[in-house]
Amino acid sequence: MKRLPLLLLSGLAVAAMAACGGKKPETTPAPVGINADSAAEADRLRADSAARAAREAQEREEAERRRQQQIADSLAALGKSTEAVRALLGTMIHFDYDKAIIRGGDAAVLDQKVAILQANPALRIRMSGHCDERGSDEYNLALGNRRATAAKQYVVSHGIDAGRIETVSYGEERPLASGHDEDAWAQNRRDEFEILSGGENLKQP
Amino acid sequence: MTAAWRSGGLAVGVSAALLTAGPPDRLTAQDTSAIDRGVRVGIIYRPGVRPGMVLLPVHAPALDSVRAIMTRDLDYSDRFELITLPGGDSIRVTAAAPGARPPVAGGTGRGTGGGGAAAATTLNYPLYQALGADFAVAVLPASGDSTIATVHDVAAGGVRRELRVHLPALKDPAFRLAVHQLADRVLEAALGAGGTAATRVLFVMEGKVYAIDQDGADQKLVSSSDHQAMSPAWARDGRRFAYMEFWEGHGRLFVQEVASGKRAPVATTGQALDFTPAFSPDGKTLAFSRATEEGTDLYTVNLKDGCCLQRLTVGRFYDNLSPTYSPDGQRIAFVSTRAGLPQIYAMAADGTDQQLFAPFDYGATGSSNAPEWSPDGQTVAFHRDVGGTLQVFVLDVRTRAVRQLTSVGRNEDPTWAPDSRHMAFVSDRSGYRQLWIIDVETGRIRPLLQKSGARLPAWSPRLPETASSTP
Repeated sequence: MKRLPLLLLSGLAVAAMAACGGKKPETTPAPVGINADSAAEADRLRADSAARAAREAQEREEAERRRQQQIADSLAALGKSTEAVRALLGTMIHFDYDKAIIRGGDAAVLDQKVAILQANPALRIRMSGHCDERGSDEYNLALGNRRATAAKQYVVSHGIDAGRIETVSYGEERPLASGHDEDAWAQNRRDEFEILSGGENLKQP
Repeated sequence: MTAAWRSGGLAVGVSAALLTAGPPDRLTAQDTSAIDRGVRVGIIYRPGVRPGMVLLPVHAPALDSVRAIMTRDLDYSDRFELITLPGGDSIRVTAAAPGARPPVAGGTGRGTGGGGAAAATTLNYPLYQALGADFAVAVLPASGDSTIATVHDVAAGGVRRELRVHLPALKDPAFRLAVHQLADRVLEAALGAGGTAATRVLFVMEGKVYAIDQDGADQKLVSSSDHQAMSPAWARDGRRFAYMEFWEGHGRLFVQEVASGKRAPVATTGQALDFTPAFSPDGKTLAFSRATEEGTDLYTVNLKDGCCLQRLTVGRFYDNLSPTYSPDGQRIAFVSTRAGLPQIYAMAADGTDQQLFAPFDYGATGSSNAPEWSPDGQTVAFHRDVGGTLQVFVLDVRTRAVRQLTSVGRNEDPTWAPDSRHMAFVSDRSGYRQLWIIDVETGRIRPLLQKSGARLPAWSPRLPETASSTP
C-alpha cells in the first residue's frame, strides 16, 4: 500500500510532461527560412505544422484522459484506505465503573492508534472521556477527564508527540446508549476518538 | 392564654362539619412523601405545633390571585398551619367604620405606617382563636392603587402590622415577584423570620438553564445559546448567576445578569474544561474547577477585572472540584479524591489549611459529592453513595456530625434556600428524576417541578425588591 502515493506522484508527473509537450508547438512559431522563395515550400511547411499540431493535440487529450484516470484510481484506493484507517481510529475503549484505568484488552486498541499516528505524521486527534449516569453529574466531568487523559498518556508513552492529542471530557452528558441498565452503562463508560486535522488521506500503518 | 381559648372555646360559632374535618396534623418524620394540607382545628395546645394562619377572603378579582399566591407561599414556608375557613369564602371581612381601628398589638412597634382607614378591618378575634388561628391576614385594596395587607395577631387581639404595597398589574411580569415579597413581609411581621417566597430556582433541563419560582410557577428559559449548559450558580445579591457551557470540548463559564439577560464569558477561561462555578459572598471572585491533563483543580478569578487567575489546589494524582463558599467568605468546601473516592474537604479561601470536612470510614463510606454551604453557615449539604444509590446528607459544621436526610429512591444535588431550612434536590422517588423541595425541620416534602430530566438545581437568595414595591 505504500506505493499509492507514488502512483499519484507518477500520475502528476505524466500530466506535467503532457502539459509541457502541448505548449511547445504554440510558443514556437513555424520556422521561416531566409531563402523562402518557394510558396510551395511554405505551404508544405504550413500543412506539416498543422498536422503536427493536430497530432499533438490528440496526444494531449489522450494524456489528460490517462492522467484523470490515474488520479481517480489512486484517489479511490486512497479513499478506501482512509476509510479503513478512520474506522480503526474511531474504535472506542471502555472502562469499569468509576475507574479510569485502561483495560488489558483495550491496550491493543490503543496500540493500533499509536501505529496509525506514527504512519500519519500530520494527523491530530481528540480523545473524549465519557461516563455512565450513575455517578454525580459534576464529578463525572472530572472522571471523564481522567479517562481521556489515561488514553493520551498511553499513546504518548508509546512515542506519540503529546501536542498531537487533545483531551476533553463530556462526563455523562452525551450518552451513547439511552438505557438505564448495566448494558447501557457499560457502553457509555468510554473514550471516543475523533480526527482534528490531517485526516484527509490516511495511510494504513 | 391561647391554650385556654383553644381548650375551651370550640363552641364559638364553629359548625359541626369543621369539627369532623380530620385529625390535627402532626409534625411528620423526616422525608415523607405525604403533603399535608387542609383543616387544622386547635383543640389542645401542644408546644412545637406551628402557629395557625388564616388568610381572609377578599372580594376583588385581582386580589383573589394575590391571596391564592400568598396562601401557597405561607403554606410552603412550613412555619404555619394554614387554616381553611369553614364554608369557604362565605365569611365576610367587614370594613371598619372610618377612623375606627383595632388596637395595635404590643411588642412590634412599627406597624401601622401609612395605614389608610379604608383598609383597616375589625376581626372577631375570639372566633379566629377558636379556629386555631394565631395570625390572620387581610389583603384589601387601598387608596391610590395601593394594597394593604393587615397582619392580625389573633392571640393578642390586635393588629401586628399593616403593609402597604403597590402591586403591579396581574399581567405584569413583576406581579408574581411583588406578591411573593409581600408574603415574605407577612412572614417577617408574624414571626420575625425571613421567608423564601421571593426566590427562584435555576436548573438544567435538556442542556439548557431554566428558572422557576419556588412555588413551581413561571418556568422560564434563561440560557439562550445552543451549547450544552451545566452547573448554574447564583451570586449572593440575586442579580447575577454563572453557569458552564460546552464549547468544542472546552468548558466555558458565563456570568449572566438577571435583569437584562445579558451574559459575558468569564475572562481567562475557555481554553480548558472549566466547570462548577461558585461566587464568593462579596461577588468579586468566582471559584471554579478546571480539568486538565494534570487532573482537576480549583481556581479563582477576579470577576471585576477579569484577571488574576489563582490556583488553589495542586493534585497531580487526584481531582479537586465543586467549590462552595462559607457565607463569611473565609472558607471553601469542595470535593477531593485525595483519599481515593471523592469526599468533602474544606480549606481557607486562599487554598491554605486544607483538611477533611465530612468524616467518612475509609473503604466503607461511599463517594460524597456536590457540597453546598448553607446561607446561615452552620451546615453543608451534599450527596453520598449509599448502597449504589445517592442520598442527601447534612454536615454540621461545628460538630462535624453527618446526618442522612433522605432515604426514598435516589436523591442528589441539594441546594439551600435562603432560610437554611428548605432545600431543593433531584429525586427519582416518583419514578423519574425531577426536582423536589424538603423542609429539613419537619421533613415535609413537595415536588417543585413535575418534569423528567430537570437537574442541578441552584436556589436563589432573596431576590431584590422591584421598583413597584414601596416600603
